[in-house]
Amino acid sequence: MAWVNAIIQGVLTGGLYALFACGLSLMFGVMKVVNLAHGDLAVIGGYVAIGIITVTHVPVLWSFVIVVPVMAVVGYLLQRTLIQSALDRGALTTLIVTLGLSVVIENGLLEFFTANSRGIGASMTLVTGSFSIGSIQIAYLLALIFAVAVAVLLGLQWFLSRSSYGRLIRATADDQEAVQLAGADYRHVFGIAAALALGTVALAGIAFGMYSDLDPTTGTDTILLFAFAAVVIGGLGSLWGTLLGGIVLGVAQQIGAQINISDELLAGYLVFLLVLVLRPQGLVTRRTQS
Amino acid sequence: MSVVTESGPRPAESFRVGRSQRNVAWTGIGALIVIVVLAFFPYLVYSGTTAIMVQGFIVLTLASMWNLLAGYAGLVSVGQQAFVGLGAYFVLILALHGTSPFAALPVAVIGSGVAALAMWWLVSRLRSGYFSIATWVLAATVMLFIERFNSIGGGSGLPLPGLAGMDPTLLTAYTYWIGLAVTVAAMVTVYFLLRGRLGLVLTAIRDDEVAARSSGARVGRARLLVFVVAGAFCGAAGAVLAISQLQVQPSADFTVQWTAEMAFAAIIGGLGTIEGPIIGTVVYMVLQQTLQNFNAWYLIILGLVAIVVALFARRGLWGLVDSRLHVRLFPVGYWLRSVGADNGRADSGPVDSGPVDSGPVDSGPVDSGPVGGGTVGSGANPV
Amino acid sequence: MTAVGNAVGRPANGTPLLEVSDLTVHHGQLQALDAISLKVYPGEVYAIIGANGAGKSTLLRTIAGLHHPTKGRVVLDGTDVTALRPERRARQGIGMVPEGRRLFGSLSVEENLKVGATYARPGPWTIERVYETFDWMRARRNQQTAQLSGGEQQTVAIGRALVANPRVLLLDELSLGLAPVIVQRIYGMLPQVLESGLTVLLVEQDVSQALRVASHIQCLLEGHTTLAGTPAEVTPEQVEAAYFGLAGAAALPAEGGESSWPG
Repeated sequence: MAWVNAIIQGVLTGGLYALFACGLSLMFGVMKVVNLAHGDLAVIGGYVAIGIITVTHVPVLWSFVIVVPVMAVVGYLLQRTLIQSALDRGALTTLIVTLGLSVVIENGLLEFFTANSRGIGASMTLVTGSFSIGSIQIAYLLALIFAVAVAVLLGLQWFLSRSSYGRLIRATADDQEAVQLAGADYRHVFGIAAALALGTVALAGIAFGMYSDLDPTTGTDTILLFAFAAVVIGGLGSLWGTLLGGIVLGVAQQIGAQINISDELLAGYLVFLLVLVLRPQGLVTRRTQS
Repeated sequence: MSVVTESGPRPAESFRVGRSQRNVAWTGIGALIVIVVLAFFPYLVYSGTTAIMVQGFIVLTLASMWNLLAGYAGLVSVGQQAFVGLGAYFVLILALHGTSPFAALPVAVIGSGVAALAMWWLVSRLRSGYFSIATWVLAATVMLFIERFNSIGGGSGLPLPGLAGMDPTLLTAYTYWIGLAVTVAAMVTVYFLLRGRLGLVLTAIRDDEVAARSSGARVGRARLLVFVVAGAFCGAAGAVLAISQLQVQPSADFTVQWTAEMAFAAIIGGLGTIEGPIIGTVVYMVLQQTLQNFNAWYLIILGLVAIVVALFARRGLWGLVDSRLHVRLFPVGYWLRSVGADNGRADSGPVDSGPVDSGPVDSGPVDSGPVGGGTVGSGANPV
Repeated sequence: MTAVGNAVGRPANGTPLLEVSDLTVHHGQLQALDAISLKVYPGEVYAIIGANGAGKSTLLRTIAGLHHPTKGRVVLDGTDVTALRPERRARQGIGMVPEGRRLFGSLSVEENLKVGATYARPGPWTIERVYETFDWMRARRNQQTAQLSGGEQQTVAIGRALVANPRVLLLDELSLGLAPVIVQRIYGMLPQVLESGLTVLLVEQDVSQALRVASHIQCLLEGHTTLAGTPAEVTPEQVEAAYFGLAGAAALPAEGGESSWPG
């Protein structure tokens, strides 16, 4: 029974990981950017939410409504300025710039907020309570996050496959030059993709802040590698693959914890490595491409 | 009307390829003098200063290695901290069994090199972004793996045994000297590697990998060699770290911050040059020392400077100097001089004055796949 | 040889739809084009021929905006577009079917066309019309383009460019990788394209194919123009000489007094 519980917890945690990862999937998949600051941007979303709640005492849900769009706009601007300039100069520069961004953000947060961890407190039972199926306890929050993750993925999937911009994003991921020939400014398309990425990652950061605690280094310590793991395991180019990747990661971690309580993270990373070595394109192959 | 062009044969010219011999002798002597002076430091300055210099040696070694990896071989590793930690732990393990930590250093170097060999086997086929991520995951995995063993301290580490009885001044001096030795060895190795065949192969790979392969260059071998050497010397730096800190801690020794520091120092100084890491390390140490009391600020500024340099001064600070003065302290390139009919004409100057000419290795933004992918979209075929 | 398009003498004072003046393009240190000039008038089919490495595709890509010239200008209907980014030029009316098709592999046929139509100018071409012109396409419009044959892919690529309603259609090496009979079929729909008011500038390695469809022809060799004229004016020997850079090709008589040719 403990194993079933582990698997279920793993699956649900996978939703949170998928939420972290879908923005990364977009940026890595569309722009080939290894955004080392991805996790830190999630943490910023969380901190901003904390700030807003502390100052204005609005209900937690409002923080989503405010922070997510703001971060999306920040994402667009960041992409158009910093990241595009780095992309123009090559993959190495992009990595350095995002690494630099990560270091600046983390240490900036450290300076202004100290190293203490904070959570987004919410007293609603929805957030702190849990329900049971048989002998398995499921936290409301975790289930809610999973549901939100699925909803976000559905929304993104719909956007990418149906909307004009979604098509442009997919086309630009395939062939940047050809999309220019069709009249589209790929930098603008990248900006939209980055806006989506940062919006979702801010959402993920706030969710994480409710589920666990945030500190300045959570971005690189925890979120970033999990996000990459979900993306790589699932496979680039498929959002549902990202959900699968998150689930696989979550389940691997929980199974690892069952074997040996301190091996939770290790188990996840080992699965990550396994996929990287044996099947780097991930579990879900993208429907490509000549 | 039609136009027909006739292209006649070009006038005959012969060229001679030379190495820049001119200033090597001077630089060599200069370097020797510097090393000797540095060696005398423990007799000349306070131990506080030598301790800072040891930090500088560690960073310089790491930065030189990252420069070798990313600037010459195109291997953007975000996981070198694995070797730093491994080097430290090799020393710890041997010290726990009675060996002097100083004597353990060579073992740490070899052990790290072997570990690098094993890791290369796992990650070598991965391209660009996937390679970088893989190195990071590997580093995280190594750390977690080591933390499992309580005999070597588990998650909180252990103090380093075997040095407790030593006279503090003597300890500081020995630590200093070993740090100096490692750094000198690292830079000499890099210099001779790049000046030799490997350097040529790496430049060829950077310019056009397919052409390099078809010319017979052993691309995989070259990269493997670079990765192993880098792993070995990062391990050496880790060993020096353990000795200088007198303790070994997973969170401090395996932190990805090492990669950030060595990458920033290398970038700021100038990728693709041997002199660059020296300058970058100096900048790093100056920042760290001046902003010591302001905690995280030196990292914030370091990060910002690295971003600015990466975007606007791609060849780093040394590159700025180099482009003005055309000076190369550690020349590894080739010069093309014309000889023959136009005797007495000035040298045509360096055709490739060193691997830095084309700037740091940038594979371009569009790599289509995780394994051996081609380029989509940004290719410009001169047809 | 019958040429498609406006093979009649050019208007003496007309404005060319597309004019390239003194275009010099470098790839790094390699000079790909050396002071190339040409004029394309409305309704013409202007073919650029030449061997590999002659600079043909570079010329087209520079006109489309994917390369920056070192010197020279590209002028579309009197407007200097040299400084414009490729997408701006596309919206102004320069449409290109790039070498190698370059379809969006993860998109379906219809999605490829839709992308092409995103920034379409007003005009006769719509996705519907593309389906009518290439009757096999409608049935397979939801298919992944990677599953299509080379010829079908080429057609989709042309359709993608057409739905944007360009004024000048640049075709880069249509025949590459395709069987001759397929190539002929594809070139066979050129009249329909021209009927709708387009002008075509094409690059072709297959000289006889180019001579079949072109109203004007220009040969490049190592970045220089070695021949220019109408198919009626040039002899096979002249073309061969120009193509391979053999000395001794004779000059052609000037055309109607106007000096529209590179001299």
